[in-house]
Amino acid sequence: MEGMFNENFILGCSAIGAGLAVIAGIGPGVGQGIAAGHAAAAVGRNPGAKGDVTGTMLLGQAVAETTGLYGLLVAMLLMFVKPLMP
Amino acid sequence: MMADMLLAAEEKQDLGFMIKGVFSFDLGGNTLWITTSHICLLIVFLTLIVFSFFARGAIKKGTEVPGTFQNIVELIVELLDGLVKGTMGWSHYKFRNYIGTIFIFILFSNISGLLGLRPPTADYGVTFPLGVVTFSLITICKFKYQKVSGVIKGLCEPWPFWLPINLIGDFAVPISLSLRLFANVLSGTVMMALVYGLLKPIAYAWPGALHVYFDMFSGAIQTYVFCMLTMTYIADAVGDEVKA
Repeated sequence: MEGMFNENFILGCSAIGAGLAVIAGIGPGVGQGIAAGHAAAAVGRNPGAKGDVTGTMLLGQAVAETTGLYGLLVAMLLMFVKPLMP
Repeated sequence: MMADMLLAAEEKQDLGFMIKGVFSFDLGGNTLWITTSHICLLIVFLTLIVFSFFARGAIKKGTEVPGTFQNIVELIVELLDGLVKGTMGWSHYKFRNYIGTIFIFILFSNISGLLGLRPPTADYGVTFPLGVVTFSLITICKFKYQKVSGVIKGLCEPWPFWLPINLIGDFAVPISLSLRLFANVLSGTVMMALVYGLLKPIAYAWPGALHVYFDMFSGAIQTYVFCMLTMTYIADAVGDEVKA
């Protein structure tokens, strides 16, 4: 039992878990792309409101990014803080 | 091959994005550490304090036709005031000092990565207090402008049994605000450390482009977002009606 779960095994599993956690970045990527696309359409329809549209888009994208950042944080914890190490 | 490279890099220099302790001292049986975050925070503070002294001097003996430095200071103040005025409605004059202060502080902290410091905002101990200050402001404004009955009514918004979810939603505000800032700055710091640590033999000049993105663009955007969300939440708590 102790031989099975040695440090290298836990380190490898942590690395795999970190990789899986970063898959969370797909969601914000899609969301930010949709937001940017709609912002581009809005600027095309009303070029005068470019400043307002850009500000709103950046704010919305930054909020949408949060879930991806949680995944990133989990990956960072697994890789560098190593909470699973005995 | 890759593992060898990683291990070699880790042995040669520990990748330089961790918070390092500089010196420790004992206080009442606990060991307290002065870390790189404290020192970078102190440098940012001192820079801002010196700048503000010069700005005060320039404004005190200000002239009708402004000089260069007076012009820059007036430009900064007008920009921040305009930002607050455009977002907050009638209550903007009460909060522009706070918003302006945290804007300049977070901006300088984020950009300090350019100067070789570890950005202080890449430490959760720095961003969480900022979130808590914002949360206290929101709560105080709620109680001041909506009165206790309004706060209770807002918590029981669709139905009374929605109260726990509304409470969780309120308490999630400072956590998500601070985690967003922290994780964005930390990711930039980690990226730059990885570039300098693992690609050291070929890291000439081109990481400058990455610095422009990770330190300046991302830092400025996150500053803007933090202040914008703070203003939106506070304006929401204050309400639309003008109450003197």
